[in-house]
Amino acid sequence: MLSFVAQRIVKGVFVLLAIIVMNFFLIRIAPGDPAAVMAGEAGASDAQFVQQLREKFSLDKPLPEQLFIYVKGVASLDLGFSFRQQMPVSKLIAERLPATLLLTLTAFAISLILGITFGTLAARFAGTWADTAITVSALLFYATPIFWVALMSILLFSVYLGWLPSFGYETVGANYSGLAHVKDVALHLIMPAMTIGLFFMATYTRMTRASMLEVKRLDFVKTARAKGLRDNIIQRRHVLRNALLPVVTLAGVHSGTLVGGAVLTETVFAWPGIGRLLYEALLQRDYNLLLGVFVVCSAMVLIFNLVTDLVYRLVDPRIEFAS
Amino acid sequence: MTQVLSKSPAVSIKNLKIALPKSAERPYAVDGVSIDLIPGEIVCVVGESGSGKSMCAHALMGLLPDTVKTETGEVLFEGQNLLKLDESGWRNVRGRGIAMVFQEPMTALNPLMRIGEQMMEMFEAHDLLTPKERRAKALNLAKEVGLPDPERIIRAYPHQLSGGQRQRAMIAMALALEPSVLVADEPTTALDVTTQAQILKLIRNLQRSRNMAVMFITHDFGVVADIADRVVVLRHGKIVEEGSIDAVFKNPQHDYTKALLAAVPSMHPPVRAPLDENAKAVEVIGLDKTYVTSGGWFKPDRRVQAANEVTFSIMQGETVGLVGESGSGKSSVARLVMRLIEADRGTVRIGDVDLTALEGKALREQRHRIQMIFQDPFASLNPRRRVGNIISDGPIARGVAPKVAMDRARELLGMVGLDAGALDRYPHEFSGGQRQRLGIARALAMDPEIIVADEAVSALDVSVQAQVLKLLEDLKARLGLSMLFITHDLRVAAQICDRIAVMQRGVIVELKPTAQLFAAPEHPYTRELLGAVPGQSSPSQAA
Repeated sequence: MLSFVAQRIVKGVFVLLAIIVMNFFLIRIAPGDPAAVMAGEAGASDAQFVQQLREKFSLDKPLPEQLFIYVKGVASLDLGFSFRQQMPVSKLIAERLPATLLLTLTAFAISLILGITFGTLAARFAGTWADTAITVSALLFYATPIFWVALMSILLFSVYLGWLPSFGYETVGANYSGLAHVKDVALHLIMPAMTIGLFFMATYTRMTRASMLEVKRLDFVKTARAKGLRDNIIQRRHVLRNALLPVVTLAGVHSGTLVGGAVLTETVFAWPGIGRLLYEALLQRDYNLLLGVFVVCSAMVLIFNLVTDLVYRLVDPRIEFAS
Repeated sequence: MTQVLSKSPAVSIKNLKIALPKSAERPYAVDGVSIDLIPGEIVCVVGESGSGKSMCAHALMGLLPDTVKTETGEVLFEGQNLLKLDESGWRNVRGRGIAMVFQEPMTALNPLMRIGEQMMEMFEAHDLLTPKERRAKALNLAKEVGLPDPERIIRAYPHQLSGGQRQRAMIAMALALEPSVLVADEPTTALDVTTQAQILKLIRNLQRSRNMAVMFITHDFGVVADIADRVVVLRHGKIVEEGSIDAVFKNPQHDYTKALLAAVPSMHPPVRAPLDENAKAVEVIGLDKTYVTSGGWFKPDRRVQAANEVTFSIMQGETVGLVGESGSGKSSVARLVMRLIEADRGTVRIGDVDLTALEGKALREQRHRIQMIFQDPFASLNPRRRVGNIISDGPIARGVAPKVAMDRARELLGMVGLDAGALDRYPHEFSGGQRQRLGIARALAMDPEIIVADEAVSALDVSVQAQVLKLLEDLKARLGLSMLFITHDLRVAAQICDRIAVMQRGVIVELKPTAQLFAAPEHPYTRELLGAVPGQSSPSQAA
């Protein structure tokens, strides 16, 4: 297993390098000059000032050299300096990453737990009204645009009912500490996490349902019945465990997008995470910050993929690491 | 025998009628069947696919699919009618009173659970013993069914065992609670012939030592001859004949039984006309093929040698059989000969052309000369294309005008014994035997000189198998074809092959004219294979 992990990490480094190079050039191809934007905002857009800015941020050097400097920096965990925020990129990201991870991991957990539960129920009662109700509502959440669900839930729960805070990570200026702080953050978390969670829940519900119905027909389920096992044991031990394999695969694919995929939700709920950071960086042509966010997101995808493969090995003994 | 008959039955099926859904071909899957299972006796229920034999087995366990319904009849076991039981009543009987062994041990075991855990579930299901005792029992059972290294096996997952070992584990599981009745649904069909012989022996021994009543479902009369005390012949859900093994085999009464017995290929090869040894259709010289699976950085690669110095030739008009057990490399050799996979070394010559030396267009131009008929008549036809397209695609790709190709397809359908109306239909509208005929028509459409038949009749019922074999023989003679015939069934090989090559682990260990091979096998493996063919020790011998 160690050999497998080592192999994957080395391969991952190369993949990351390729991603950096590609993103580096892609960003430069996009129209817009960060020096010009900065100079414009500073109110002094004469050529000399712009040139000074360029020199300050090494923007005047040839592209390959800029790339080399950047990659060298990344190797020592230095993601460069954000001209706009006047802060090291790594510090900016480190500040925002916990909020994003809190949001997306909560959403991920919600989607998996609800998805598998509802999927199992739907399969168990396949063809009845319960099945139809679950399938239809899952489809509804899946088909509705995520930002619209977000806006409508703000309207309902914050504006009309006043149960939940409508934006942010915590109550500004309240300075809670201890348990009160946890409760405050949790209240802020509910809506954005549910918004993302319900969307992904739909896919897991449908996947679990379909997969369970398929596994139910397999021979070993008949063997289990022939043993005289009780139905709930058969469902849990034989059907569900086997049915979860494709769900794990799908969850693995989704988990990779956890960090970078919450842009819309974070924007609507003003959640101070990576997604919003990315959005701002994009508007401001903040090259280093953009690249930094990309690098971190890509690294997360690689890490989550590795974790998925390890989880898969745990749940399916037929998978061998070497091959 | 009289002693056996005087015992009271362990299970009595009385006038069982199982109704099929309205859309089915016939109203009843099982139509008025009565069978007594007597302790210490093995009853073989034989019949072709769709005869209702599996339904009988499943009815005994209360495991019938939801689509069918038991209409009338009784299944009497220990003084109660099982058909009247509710689910919890059934759970008490299953495993403890009546246990079952299934056909395909790979799919009948949960791939995610260790063998031992699956055995222990048997006790858990009936709230017996402590977990520690269950484990000890599982270990003992593994020993009893002759699993090697039982300590390791009960910790292993199903995919880590061989087919024979998996079936032994299934049997161990079924015997765990010492049931008085064992239902075995084609338990050896998925196994190699030598493994089958061992499993049959195991079931026989266990049944005797435990005085069980066994219902053994099979389609194979060879197996029946080896294991049955009594035979029940089913057709379209009805019993057409029933009696002791001697009576049914020596003196079958019903025409259907007679036809079935006659369709079983004999172990005695017919006399074959000599062939011109100088006219070689195919020459295979020194083929090597090793499959390498990368082992990663710190592990050695895994290597499986599928072909090792394989050399043989096929004369014009000759059928050469390639026999051996699964994994012996026979299918790999077939693909190498057709150049569907690339050899590491060696030459394949078709007539004067060195097929192994050709590439690209030159190779494609030669491909029509050697065509394949596949094993699975369901998987080998594209389900989304009409029969006419399936047959004419190849010729059209070679530049034949579509209309001409379609006319030829119509002609070929006639040749393989199908109606020309089949052209516009889809593969799923045909039975297994008919599909295999379509497969043959598709191969013939390319005007081949050589046919490679890879287990082409293995998936078919014995009566259909006989028809398809006859068709192949006729077509071969009519069109002057040569054939490479791959099979694991030595009876079939005996009937159709001029010469037979026996393969073991990628090596041809013996290659001889068929009659000679059967009369005087030299290699120990050939002798082992021939000895394991079921049905040789029976009163009727060749069945």
